[in-house]
Amino acid sequence: MTTIFNVWDFLLILLYAIIPLAYIIPFALMAVYAERKISAWIQNRVGPNRTGPIGLFQTTADILKLMQKEDIVANGADKKLFLLAPIVVFIGSYAAYAALPFTSVYIGTNINLGVLYMVAISGFVVAGIIFAGWASDNKYSIMGSLRSAAQLVSYEIPTLFVIISIFAITQQFNLRELSEMQTSNILNWGIFGFDGLGYKRILLIPVLFVLMIILFISTLAEVNRTPFDLPEAESELVAGFHTEYSGMKFALFFLSEYANMFAVSGLVTAFFLGGYQSPFGYLGNLLGLSWLVPIEQVLWFLTKGILLVCVQIWMRWSLPRLRMDQLMRVCWKYLIPIGFVCFIYITIVMYL
Amino acid sequence: MSNTITKNLKTDEMILNMGPQHPSTHGVLRVELKLDGEKIIEAEPHIGYLHRCFEKHCEALTYPQIIPYVDRLDYLASMNNEFGFVLAVEKLLKIEIPERVEYIRVITGELQRIASHLVALGTFGLDVGAFTPFLFTFRDREKILNLFEITCGARLLYNYHWVGGVSHDLHPDFLRLTKEFIDYFRPKVEELNGLLSYNKIFIERTANIGVIPVDVAINYGVSGPSLRGSGIKWDIRKNDPYSIYNKFDFDIPVGQGLAGTLGDCWDRYFVRVLEIEQSLRILEQAIAQIPEGDVTSAIPKRVKPNEGISYARVENPKGELGFFIVSKGGVQPMRVKVRAPSFVNLSVFPEIAPGHMVSDVVAILGSLDIVLGEIDR
Repeated sequence: MTTIFNVWDFLLILLYAIIPLAYIIPFALMAVYAERKISAWIQNRVGPNRTGPIGLFQTTADILKLMQKEDIVANGADKKLFLLAPIVVFIGSYAAYAALPFTSVYIGTNINLGVLYMVAISGFVVAGIIFAGWASDNKYSIMGSLRSAAQLVSYEIPTLFVIISIFAITQQFNLRELSEMQTSNILNWGIFGFDGLGYKRILLIPVLFVLMIILFISTLAEVNRTPFDLPEAESELVAGFHTEYSGMKFALFFLSEYANMFAVSGLVTAFFLGGYQSPFGYLGNLLGLSWLVPIEQVLWFLTKGILLVCVQIWMRWSLPRLRMDQLMRVCWKYLIPIGFVCFIYITIVMYL
Repeated sequence: MSNTITKNLKTDEMILNMGPQHPSTHGVLRVELKLDGEKIIEAEPHIGYLHRCFEKHCEALTYPQIIPYVDRLDYLASMNNEFGFVLAVEKLLKIEIPERVEYIRVITGELQRIASHLVALGTFGLDVGAFTPFLFTFRDREKILNLFEITCGARLLYNYHWVGGVSHDLHPDFLRLTKEFIDYFRPKVEELNGLLSYNKIFIERTANIGVIPVDVAINYGVSGPSLRGSGIKWDIRKNDPYSIYNKFDFDIPVGQGLAGTLGDCWDRYFVRVLEIEQSLRILEQAIAQIPEGDVTSAIPKRVKPNEGISYARVENPKGELGFFIVSKGGVQPMRVKVRAPSFVNLSVFPEIAPGHMVSDVVAILGSLDIVLGEIDR
């Protein structure tokens, strides 16, 4: 069956594509604000409080400032790559939203390999970061981007161990189906073993806790957050791969960092914290208003994701930074072997 | 196979200029690093970006006029700098100092030592990526600066220690507020320890890094906490007591290699933490014993020493600060030479940096606690 290009289909796709963007931008603005405010609380400071009520418009003002700034391209820079890099990075983090299950109704593209898609597309970010480092013609940038490449590639392995472990339990790569398996109450969440596994859940729960921590740590490393923020380690590499960037291009890097933070939090949520499911029933089901359920689901998903983002912020402002070799050691000597053992254990339990 | 690849592949060392504009070279220091990947083969500090001809200027200024310039040497420990300079001039003049002045000098000097160590600890944390301890130490340092503010009106560059006395007597509330500060501050050191000193990642980053062996430390003339971090019990306040330091009961903490090797970055860091406690002990004793009296009575109308030379050294937060003054009998010195601890301590850096990684450079620099105002003068 061949279909002619249909305007309505196109508009629908466009709508689906724009929804995440309409979420990312306000989220990033608020996340930057939250980051500043939370860090201020941690550090006995006041934080932004001048622009708008309790400083709410601070980041908006910052973005406006960045837009007006001169767009500097360094003399020795490779112009095309230099311009392309922030776009590639942003595409990588933006595209990951396509598979995030916000509700049972809306999901950008409900592909069956949603999980693998997310991992693959966030690997795309590495390319952008290497572009940025290479094109900047700056030694700090190159070192930052090389660090970043090594780090991201290494930390994808423990992530994938967690993913195949979950696959061994649920036989599911589809993020919506994964969320559907964690329905009705908190005890069906991934972290407590999924729904319908009976006695095996008792055997699985300790391992699932470990796996969740592995996934959280490795996603933290993938989005370059402290204690794994070596690519942009400000006290060593000035600003790492985005040292030479200014104005809107820098804003794009910034935006994609915060977009990424939520995307990986969404991944952890979808795997272990029930995805968009409520920890207890839905008000919509109780009242018999079926349209209320998806809205509640969105709220639950956002709440869980934002809570994890807050944990990331909290960690950033309390921990020092690792060194490159230590970072690699954490990955190759601890996370990967532990992840592998967990995977073997889970396959044995599931075989029983 | 792999051999042929590495043979045909052209690899080169990279020269990386760290600074003079860099977030963690503690001012305008430029370190020229020769890198093999991230590994340092050679490190060479280039200094002089903050050179202001201090020593030459001194030759055209009268002794009291020099004191404000002395403030700007190690601008984080101005009180201690002044202390050393006025001691040297008083040695030339051979004048007796009222006892109250000596106590005031010790009290301000020890408060300044705490303030300087707080900056050192905070910025060291910042260098290894921990942002929050920096703000915590600065919060407490602010309290010390407030004490100085009520004493002499200035928060950073005081011109407070004068030849023969101090510019003002202490504020009536000063001793009470200092006592309150000591009570407030003791638990905060524990807080810092919990947040940074015993943090697993922090220890990983600093233990076994930048080890200064005992013989290297002595050969390079390293002094202060950086020397004591290597386990040598050397403190001018004890070994060559000046002013009234022999009246107080305090210990000299030395590095013990608790986290790793003796003399590593963590040891140097932790010596400073322990020294804060010792300074608090000196402060408590000084506050309890301080006599009443006039603080300006011994200030000479005209500072015009006879021909001669004098050398005075004091234990600064950064190390051993010495002033060598040659007088030809005028109101201006003929020559002033400063033995700046940061300058000497930095000289050990090229010796200990090679073999480490780029991230360790900032850790080593942070643990040496250099101040460029003093290095370049």
